Amino acid sequence: MLKFIFHRLLQLVPVLVVVITVTFLMAKKAPGGPFSAERKASPQVIERQNAYYGYDKPLPVQYFRYLANLAKGQLGPSTTYPTETVNQVIARSFPVSLQVGTLAMAIALAFGVPAGVLAAVRKNTLLDYLPMSFAMSGICLPTFVMGPVLAIIFGLWLHWGNVAGIDQAENTWLPPIFLPALTLGLFYGAYVARLTRGGMLEVLTQDFIRTAQAKGVNSLRIILKHTLKGGLMPVVSFLGPAFAGLISGSFVVEKVFNLPGLGKEFIKAAFNRDYSLILGTVVFYAVLIVVFNLLVDVIHALLDPRIRH
Amino acid sequence: MTADAPEITSVAIPPSLDEAQKGTSLWKDAWRRLRRNKLAIIGLINFVLITLFCLIGPYFVPYQSGEQARSLQSCRPMEPIYARIQERKGKIVRTDFIPESKILDENAFITVSKEQRDAGLAQLKRGEPLKAGRYTYQISARKHLLGTDALGRDLLVRMMHGGRISIGVGLAATAVSILIGVVYGAVSGYLGGNLDIVMMRIVDILYTIPFTIFVILLMVFLPPSIFLLFMAIGAVEWLTMARIVRGEISALKHREFVEAAVSLGLGRLHIIFRHLIPNVLGSVIVYSTLTVPQVMLLEAVLSFLGLGVQPPMSSWGVLIDDGAKTIETTPWLLLFPAAIFSLTLFSLNFLGDGLRDALDPKSSKD
Amino acid sequence: MPLLEVENLRTSFHTRGGVVKAVNDVSFSLEAGETLGIVGESGSGKSVTCYSIMGLIPMPPGKIEGGTARFNGIDLLKCSVRELNRIRGKRISMIFQDPMTSLNPYLRISEQIMEPLLIHEKLTRAQALKRAIIALEEVGIQDADRRVHFYPHEFSGGMRQRVMIAMALIGHPEILIADEPTTALDVTVQAQILDLIRKRQRDLGTAVIFITHDLGVVAAFCDRVNVMYAGRIAESAKTTDIFAEPLHPYNAALQRSIPALQSKDAELFTIAGLPPDLARLPKGCSFAPRCNRAAPECSVRETKLQEMKPGHATSCTRIQLGEIASLKSSVCKS
Repeated sequence: MLKFIFHRLLQLVPVLVVVITVTFLMAKKAPGGPFSAERKASPQVIERQNAYYGYDKPLPVQYFRYLANLAKGQLGPSTTYPTETVNQVIARSFPVSLQVGTLAMAIALAFGVPAGVLAAVRKNTLLDYLPMSFAMSGICLPTFVMGPVLAIIFGLWLHWGNVAGIDQAENTWLPPIFLPALTLGLFYGAYVARLTRGGMLEVLTQDFIRTAQAKGVNSLRIILKHTLKGGLMPVVSFLGPAFAGLISGSFVVEKVFNLPGLGKEFIKAAFNRDYSLILGTVVFYAVLIVVFNLLVDVIHALLDPRIRH
Repeated sequence: MTADAPEITSVAIPPSLDEAQKGTSLWKDAWRRLRRNKLAIIGLINFVLITLFCLIGPYFVPYQSGEQARSLQSCRPMEPIYARIQERKGKIVRTDFIPESKILDENAFITVSKEQRDAGLAQLKRGEPLKAGRYTYQISARKHLLGTDALGRDLLVRMMHGGRISIGVGLAATAVSILIGVVYGAVSGYLGGNLDIVMMRIVDILYTIPFTIFVILLMVFLPPSIFLLFMAIGAVEWLTMARIVRGEISALKHREFVEAAVSLGLGRLHIIFRHLIPNVLGSVIVYSTLTVPQVMLLEAVLSFLGLGVQPPMSSWGVLIDDGAKTIETTPWLLLFPAAIFSLTLFSLNFLGDGLRDALDPKSSKD
Repeated sequence: MPLLEVENLRTSFHTRGGVVKAVNDVSFSLEAGETLGIVGESGSGKSVTCYSIMGLIPMPPGKIEGGTARFNGIDLLKCSVRELNRIRGKRISMIFQDPMTSLNPYLRISEQIMEPLLIHEKLTRAQALKRAIIALEEVGIQDADRRVHFYPHEFSGGMRQRVMIAMALIGHPEILIADEPTTALDVTVQAQILDLIRKRQRDLGTAVIFITHDLGVVAAFCDRVNVMYAGRIAESAKTTDIFAEPLHPYNAALQRSIPALQSKDAELFTIAGLPPDLARLPKGCSFAPRCNRAAPECSVRETKLQEMKPGHATSCTRIQLGEIASLKSSVCKS
């Protein structure tokens, strides 16, 4: 198992290098720069700024200097926030995104898996159609629609949660991360429900389920012991893409609910052409994704003995 | 003991020529199954209607998409609108439009008593003109079915034009993804071996990258254009298509008709494009139908974040973004674009599910 | 009193193409300790018969239309699932055709073998594990105390079928239903598995219902045989009688089509035509269209299994009416 993890970690190095290089080149080759955008600064100011941040050096020098700093864990200074380094920006904003994402994932699984299992076990009955209709609605009501709708219902009508962001937190009994997490969680829960149903149905038609029935195993035990492990495989496979989706989703919900998370910083950096913050965020995301996917692979191997060998 | 007792044999009767000649029966069969699926048919009809609505709808609405009316900001849907006509020497010198919600702010109503105000309003509502100072007020024929936005633009016509962009980008980006996915998958599946392993491993890795980030980077660093938008989206949505095509091709390539083609000395490209790809058409159609809503979703997310379609063009994502900003005061600006967008996604997803059941009954999940 | 008595069992599948009458009025009985063979082509209803008894027919589309299956005074076709679950795996157990797919790939062998003991005999896991290891040793798996913790994919096909047998017999059932247990295996392994089943049967005194399409297996293995065709029993007799004195043209034709019994240079004998569509069964005898001894009346007269001699029954109306005396000659002629 350790060897497996080590091998996968080795495979990640080239992926990261490619991601960094592509992003770096894209940022540097793009027209416009952090100091050319809105404020019409004098050429001298721009030059001084560029020199300060090292943007006047030849590209290869900049590239290798960046890699060297990266190896030390330094992501460089931010041009949007002159007083902060990229590391500090991430350290300040990521915990917000992490909380939202974790809660969203928990909501998605807590709704999706039971709904999918129920639908599969009671196939072609009301208990199948009802949750599956909800799942279809969940998929067709994307986060940027669902988010504002939830904000209206819970924030403006019921006053259960606030929608103005963490900064202006009124005293509401729903924590400020709840509505964003619910928005994301319902969307991915819909996918999880559909995948769970499909996976369970697939396993329920297998010969070994018949074997279990012939042994006198009752239906509850058949579902829990004989079907669930295999039936959840598609969901486990989906966790990787879902994680990537949660990151994209965080861009949307952090905008809708005005949360100071990393997603919001990334979009802001993209608008402001804050190279080091963009690069830093992308590298950070890449590492995160890579580690998470490794985790998913480990879960996969733990659930399916055939993969382990 | 068992070697000398083989299976009970029976002679298979060759299928009648009649059956063998029905070359198109697969498609006929699929169409028959699809027709039975009510949700899928409703989805298909709905999508066609929405597309027609966006394409020819603007010719039936008397407003242009960019047309702004300063005085008609944020009208409610179907709100009565009054014309304020300014005359000098019997000639109309100026006409302004006042929505009902703002008519009481007019001088003619502020400076008079409550009774006079009610009487005047009633008079207007009956369709009779009301003279007040140098202005004549009169109910206008002008109607905004779905209201107007913060700049006084008609929402209905904006939705039609936005739909053109959203659906257009959806279809164009899907076409790009089909092109890349089918070729990549076919090559990987047909050539097989180590190349196949490497190519599929690349797909696996790409799967885990949140492509929204890359599309965002592209949109930020390159001059924004609609062409770039659908190319970028198409370039990231081909992965599943490649996987599906690869799976089918590698199963098909050991079938007799392919071996026959090989033994005839036909080239690899010829075999891939003339013999294999036509056989995976069913799956490609099914998956394309399911890709369109995903692509539209990605476009809408980007536009919502302000990184997709740029003004003066609009798409449903842009409209939803606009609507979400003023959700407290003008919720209809969110409601209608969100509704038509979700309805389109519903239609396409139901159609896709139905097509999957119809074209590939085995893979259907019930 | 027989151990298991099946009477007038009718099972059908309601599909879009119509009602498929997979089992149509089947009656037979099984005595304690005996081996009953059920032979027939695929689709003859032999497996569906046994699945119906075990409550393994997927419903819908399947439906048990009528009949009884009496085991110890309990009608297995009508009792509750709860009651059935007390019998399945404990007093009647089953092994299946494909050992590759019949074991759960996600669970260790130990989990799967111990399961009948845990749910029926309420043993502790430690006790159950001990019994599981013994059971594996009894089916000839070496190094059982280590291998019991393996996963199914770590075993070969033959080994997995041994595991299936150990699992089925671990609760010492009164009846073992074996659904073509050797069909999916290599020829060399087939004989080993058959010997194993026979040995375990003798050790435990289990009655066996052996489903097969292999007449050779029947000859070597079974005390009595039911020959099934198109959802009905065509002929039922002691194994020796089935071969010595076939009383149904279908049985006779089956025996003629065994290649080893045919002369080397002659063209192989096959039964012309295909089995009937079970959704559209013809009137009269369903074998009549393929039967070389059929008379015009065969496609009109209803068939019914009737005992001609003690323990030897046929559904052929021409034999029953004495229109054909013997079928043995036709085998010799070829």
